[in-house]
Amino acid sequence: MSDATPPAAHPPVTDWVHDFDHTDPQWTEDPFPIWEELRAASPVVHTERFLGCYMPTTYEAVREIANDTEHFSSRRIIVRDVRPEVARNAAPPITSDPPEHKPAKQLLLPPFTPDAMKKLEPRMRAICNELIDGFIADGKVDAAARYAKYIPVRAIAHMLGIPESDSDLFINWIHMILELGIKDESKLLQAVQEMSAYFRTHIEERRSKPTDDLISYLMNARDKEGQPLEESHVLGSLRLLLIAGIDTTWSAIGSSLWHLAKTPGDRERLIAEPGLIPTAVEELLRAYSPVTMAREVVKETTISGCPVKAGNMVLLSFPAANRDPEMFSDADKVVIDRRENRHAAFGLGIHRCVGSNLARMEMQVALEEWLRRIPDFRLDPAGTVAWSQGTVRGPRQLPFLLGKAM
Amino acid sequence: MAERLRVHVDPDKCQGHARCKALAPELFELDEYGNAHEAGDGVVPPGLEDKAWLAKSNCPEIAIDVIEE
Repeated sequence: MSDATPPAAHPPVTDWVHDFDHTDPQWTEDPFPIWEELRAASPVVHTERFLGCYMPTTYEAVREIANDTEHFSSRRIIVRDVRPEVARNAAPPITSDPPEHKPAKQLLLPPFTPDAMKKLEPRMRAICNELIDGFIADGKVDAAARYAKYIPVRAIAHMLGIPESDSDLFINWIHMILELGIKDESKLLQAVQEMSAYFRTHIEERRSKPTDDLISYLMNARDKEGQPLEESHVLGSLRLLLIAGIDTTWSAIGSSLWHLAKTPGDRERLIAEPGLIPTAVEELLRAYSPVTMAREVVKETTISGCPVKAGNMVLLSFPAANRDPEMFSDADKVVIDRRENRHAAFGLGIHRCVGSNLARMEMQVALEEWLRRIPDFRLDPAGTVAWSQGTVRGPRQLPFLLGKAM
Repeated sequence: MAERLRVHVDPDKCQGHARCKALAPELFELDEYGNAHEAGDGVVPPGLEDKAWLAKSNCPEIAIDVIEE
C-alpha cells in the first residue's frame, strides 16, 4: 500500500508519562515497556496531543470507562489529530450511545453467534488452505501479507456477499481509515465515500435480485415499529462490518504466528496437543490484543481516583489492560495453557465486539491449518518485521523461512 | 466440600462473549443474540464442577456466579 501524502509530523516523545503518543514509532514497535512505565505512574495518564487525550493503564480503569456510558461517549471511536463534526449513523452500533445502541447491536448479533460461525468454518478452512497452497513450495513467505491478511477479509466478504476478489480494495480503505486517517482527514473521508458508493451499488443490485447475505439481511431488517432501517444506518453498519472485520483478526493471526515463530516450545506443544489451540488462542489474544478503541469524555468524572475532564478523548487500551499484573499473574509472559483468562481483547461492556465469535473461529482455523501443514517455521533473519500504527496493532510484514532449519 | 453447585448468569451483566458456552457447553446456553443463560435450573451435574469454576473465572463481564448449596 503506497501513499503519496506524508502523514502529519508528530514530534518524537521524550516524556511518555505526560506526553504519550500511540503513533510514535517507539510505541508502534514495542509498546509493552511503555505501558508498564505509564501504569507505574498512574492508572490514568494524559497527553496534550490529539487535542487532549487520557489513557487508562490498568484493567480496572479500562473496565470502569468501558462500563460508564454516562460520562464517556462512543460517538468518536478513534483518537485522531482532528475532531470533525460527528456524522449521524457513522458506524452503528460501535459509534452509538444508549438508547440507540441496543437495537442497533441486537440487529447485528444473530448472524455472528457461535452456531452461525460453525457453519462458516468449512469455508474458512478452504480459504486458509488455498492461501497456503500459494506459497508452501517457496520455502519462505511474508506470513502477514500472504496469509494472515487475506483470511478475515475473505471471511467478511463472504458473509457480506461481496466478491472476495475485491479484498485488496477493502484492505486499502481500512488502511486509509484506521492508520492514515489518524493524521490525514482527507484519506478517511475519501475511503468512507468510496466504501459507501461501493455498498450503494450492491444494495441497488439486491433490490431486483435479493440474496441471502448480510447486505440483504440489513436491507430486510425492521425496527420495533416495523419500519425498514434508514439507508444511512444500513450503509453505516455495512461499513462497520467491513472495517471491524479485517485488520483486527489479520493482526491477531499475524501476532500469533510471530509468537510461534520465535517460541519453538509453544509451537511444538500446539502441534503435539492441537486440543490446546483454543486455550492458546485466548492467551495470544490477551498478550497481543490488537484493538484499542476510543471514547470521548462528555461529562467530568473520576476514574480510579483520577479526575477526567470533558472535551478530551480516551485511548481505551484493552491491550494495556490485558498486561496489567494486578489482573493477570505473569502478565508479561505468554502462558499458552493459562486457565484463568478474563482478558478484554474484545472489549468490555455494551460495545463487546460483535464479531468476537468470528474472530475466534478464524484464529483457531488459521493456526490449526498452518501448524498442520507447516509445522516448522521461523523468522527470516534477512527480513524485517513491521508493525501497524495506531488503532489496531499487528504485524504488517512477517518474513518467515519455512521448513526445518538447516 | 459443598453439597452441590449451581451456576447463574446475571443477564444484566452478560454481553455475549460466550466464553462460558465454549468452556462448559453442558452448563450454559445462548439465546438468538448469543447472550448466555444457565442450562435448565443451573445445577451442576457431578463431574462438571471444574467446568463451572472455569466458566466463572473466564467471564470478562464477571456475570457468572457459582453458588455452593
